[in-house]
Amino acid sequence: MDDVTTAIDVVGLRKSFGHTTALDGLDLAVREGEVHGFLGPNGSGKSTTLRILLGLLRADDGRATVLGRDPWADSTELHRSLAYVPGDVVLWPTLTGGETIDLLGRLRGGLDEDRRRRLVDAFELDETKKGKAYSKGNRQKVALVAALASEAPLLVLDEPTAGLDPLMEQVFQEELAGLRERGRTVLLSSHVLSEVERACERVSIVRAGRVVDSGTLTELRHLTRTTVQAELREVPTAVEVGAWPGTHDVSVEGSTLRLTVDPDHLDALVAALAPRGVTGLTCRPPTLEELFLARYRTEAHREEVPA
Amino acid sequence: MTTRLAGLGRLLRLALRRDRVILPASVLGLVLLSVGSAQATLELFPDDASAVAGLGDLVGNPAVVAMYGPISAADADALAVFKTVMMGAVLVAVLAVVLVRRHTRTEEEEGRLELVGAGAVGRWAPLAAGILVALLGVVAASGLSSLGLASLGMDPAGSVAFGVAWATAGFAWVGVTATAVQLASTTRGAGGLAFGTLGAAFVLRAAADSVDDGVVHALGWASPLGWAGRVEPYGPDRTWVLLLGLAVLVAGVATGLAVLGRRDLGAGVLPARLGPARAARSLTGPFALVSRLATGTVTGWVVGMLVGGVVLGSLLGAVGDLTSNPAMARFLEALGGSAGTVEDIYLASETRFVAVAVAAAGVALVLRLGASERSGLGESVLPTGTSRLRWYGAHVLVAVLATTLFLLVIGATVGVVGSLASSSAPGFWATLGAFAATLPAVWVLVGVAGLLVGARPRLAPLAWALLLVGFVVGELGPTMDLPGWLVDVSPFAHLGQLPGGDFAVLAAAVMTLAAAGLTAAGALAYGRRDVA
Ligand SMILES: Nc1ncnc2c1ncn2[C@@H]1O[C@H](COP(=O)(O)OP(=O)(O)OP(=O)(O)O)[C@@H](O)[C@H]1O
Ligand SMILES: [Mg+2]
Repeated sequence: MDDVTTAIDVVGLRKSFGHTTALDGLDLAVREGEVHGFLGPNGSGKSTTLRILLGLLRADDGRATVLGRDPWADSTELHRSLAYVPGDVVLWPTLTGGETIDLLGRLRGGLDEDRRRRLVDAFELDETKKGKAYSKGNRQKVALVAALASEAPLLVLDEPTAGLDPLMEQVFQEELAGLRERGRTVLLSSHVLSEVERACERVSIVRAGRVVDSGTLTELRHLTRTTVQAELREVPTAVEVGAWPGTHDVSVEGSTLRLTVDPDHLDALVAALAPRGVTGLTCRPPTLEELFLARYRTEAHREEVPA
Repeated sequence: MTTRLAGLGRLLRLALRRDRVILPASVLGLVLLSVGSAQATLELFPDDASAVAGLGDLVGNPAVVAMYGPISAADADALAVFKTVMMGAVLVAVLAVVLVRRHTRTEEEEGRLELVGAGAVGRWAPLAAGILVALLGVVAASGLSSLGLASLGMDPAGSVAFGVAWATAGFAWVGVTATAVQLASTTRGAGGLAFGTLGAAFVLRAAADSVDDGVVHALGWASPLGWAGRVEPYGPDRTWVLLLGLAVLVAGVATGLAVLGRRDLGAGVLPARLGPARAARSLTGPFALVSRLATGTVTGWVVGMLVGGVVLGSLLGAVGDLTSNPAMARFLEALGGSAGTVEDIYLASETRFVAVAVAAAGVALVLRLGASERSGLGESVLPTGTSRLRWYGAHVLVAVLATTLFLLVIGATVGVVGSLASSSAPGFWATLGAFAATLPAVWVLVGVAGLLVGARPRLAPLAWALLLVGFVVGELGPTMDLPGWLVDVSPFAHLGQLPGGDFAVLAAAVMTLAAAGLTAAGALAYGRRDVA
C-alpha cells in the first residue's frame, strides 16, 4: 500500500443544504492511475462529492485532498491538472461545439491538437452547430472531447455516458482504456453497471451520503451471498436447511433445493450436502446487478430498522 | 379552441403563484408613483391659476414636451400628472414585457415548458397564461391609478383618461411581446425585440411631440407611446385611443399564435445557423468569453445610443426661451439642472434619463454571472483553472467598459448633432463631459449588482428594484417632497449640474469609490460561497 500514491483522499466529508443532508461523513480514496467507479442511487450525494472535490462547493466538515491540494483553498491551481465533465452539460447557446472545445481547452491551458482531432472523428461530432442546436448526447460529446483532449492527469466524470448511444459508449470505453494505459486517474460516477464492470478497477458505493463499500469488484462479490441450486437424492426440509449457519432464502421443490449462502459458510454447506447424494450442483456468484441492489437495499433496510 | 387552451386554468394559477410578489409590488409601486406625485404637485400648486402661472410656460416648451409628452396647461390636475403619464406608460409597458416573457420564452428556453407541454396542456395555453397575467398587471396598475387620482378629488373623467393612457401602452406591449417571444428563440432575444421596440417608440414620439404640427408631428401616431401621450388626461381626454392599444394587443396576440402554430418547441422563426468549427484566436480567457457573449447586446445598445443621440441633439434646436419665473425654476430643478442656459438645463435632464437606461444595461451585464451559474455554465468554466476572481471580474469589467462606451457614444453624438442644430447649444466637449460625468452613478449600480450576485445570487433581481427606485426618487423626489435621506440614497441625485454648472467632484469621487468598494465586496463574497 505504501508504493501507491493517493490521487483523491476524502475523510469524513459532510455537507448539508438547509435541512437536506447530502453528505454524512463520506470517505473515499482513489489511487493514482486507477479508474475508480463511484456508484449509488439517485440523490445519494455523488454529484455533491464531485463538486466539493472541484472546489465549487465548500464542505461543512471533513477533509478532502485532491492531487495533494485542498480543493477549496487551491482550486485554481488544482483545476489546471484536472478535467471535469458535469452531470448536466450546458453549452453556450451562441458558441459552436468546436468553439466551446477550444475555449475550455484554452481556459485550462491548452489541449492536444492531434487527440482533439481524433476524438472529434471518433465521436462523430459536428463541430459547427451552435450550442442550442445540439441534442443531449451531442452536448455530452462536446464536454467529453474537451475533457479527454486535455493533458490533465486527473479526470472527474459525472455520469458521462448518460446521453450516449451504445456505439458512442463503446468509443468512450476505448478512450477510457487508453487513459488507463497512459496512467491517468479517473473518477467516474455512473449508473451503468456494465460500464463500471468493464472500465473500473475499484469502485465505491455511496448511499445516503456515506460510502458503504469500497474495493475491487472481486472483493465486493466476495462479500455478497452466493446462489446455490442443488439436485439431491435425500432432500431435507426447508426449515431444516434454514437452521444451518449462513443460509438464506431457502426453497425446496421436488428434488431441487435453492438457497443463498454467505461466502464464509459455503464450505460448510457443501460438506452438509455431500452425504445426501448430490446429483447436480450449480453455484453462481452474484451478478453485478444483484450485488448493487443488495447494497442499495440492505442500506435502506438498515436505515429503517433502528428508527 | 378549447383543446388548444386546455390546462389554462392550472397554468394561470401557477403563474400567479410564481408572481405573488413581483405582481402586487409592481402594481403598488406604479400606483404610488401616479397618485403620490399628483398629490405632491397639487400641494405645491393648489389651484389652476397658480399651476398655470408656475408651470404653464414650462410644459409648453418643445423640449420638455418631447421628454414628457404633450399636456394641456390650462388645468392644475393636468399639470399634476404631466410627468407621470409618459414615465408611467413606459414603466407599465416594461412590466408587460417582463411578465409575458417570463411565463413564455423563459420557461421554454429553460426546458420547463417541455415538461408542462407533455401534460394535458393545449398548445396555446402557456402563451395565453402569460398574456392574461400581464393584462391583469396592466389593468390593475391603470385602474387603481384612476381610482386613486379620483380619490384625491381630481376630475373623474380625466382620472379615467389617465388610466387609459397607461393601459394603452401596456396593452400594446403585451401584444408586441406576445409576438416577440415567438419570433426570438431566447429570452434575451425576445427582450431585445420588445425593449428595442419600446425604445424606438419613445424616440419616435419624442421627435414627433417636439413640433406642433406637420408630418413629423403626425408621425407620433405611429408610436403606441405617442398614443398614450396624446390621451392628454384632464384635457381633451381622448379615451378612444385605448382602441388603438387594443388593436395592437389583438394583432400581436394573433401574430404570436400564428407563429406558435408553425414553429417547433424551443425554436424561434429564424433558422439555427452553423458556425465556425474552431474558435477564433482571440477567444482565450474569461474576459474574451464574456465580451464575446455580450457582443450582440452591446452592438444593439450602441445603435440605440446613436439614434437616441441624433434625436436628443436635434431637439436642442427646438428648445425655446423659457421665461425666468421663480415657481418654474423650482420645477426645473426637479427636472435635473438648475444652472446655465435653457439648453444646459434641458441637456442636464436628458443625461439623467440616459444614465438610468445605461445603468440598466450595466446591471443586466453583471447579472449574467448569476444567470450562467443558474444554467450550469459556470460549472463548465470554473473547473478549468479560471479563478473565481477572474470570472467575476470579467463580468464587472465588461459592464463597466460597455456602459462607458454607451455614454461616450451618445455624448459625442449629441455633441455633434446639437452644435449643428442650435447655435446656443453647449459645445461638443461640454456635452460629452456632461454624459461622461454620470458614469460614477452608473458604476454604483453596477457595483450593487456585483455585490448582490457575488454574495446572494437569489437576491440579484433586487438590483433592478434599486435602479427603479433610484430613478423614480431622483426624478420625482424634489416634487414629491420625499425625505432628504431617501433622495440621497439614489446615486442619480448626486450628479452635478452639467453642462453649465459645476462638476460635483467630491460626489463623483465618493461614488466611484463606493462602486469600487461594492464590487470588491462582491468579489470577496463570490470567492467564499458555494457555486452551483
Ligand atoms: N444545491 C443544492 N441545494 C439543495 N439541495 C441539494 C443541492 N445539491 C444537491 N442537493 C441534495 O443533496 C442530495 C445529493 O444530491 P446529489 O446531486 O449529490 O446526488 P447524486 O448522487 O448525484 O444523484 P443522481 O444520481 O441523481 O445524480 C440530494 O438530496 C439533493 O437533493
Ligand atoms: Mg448526480
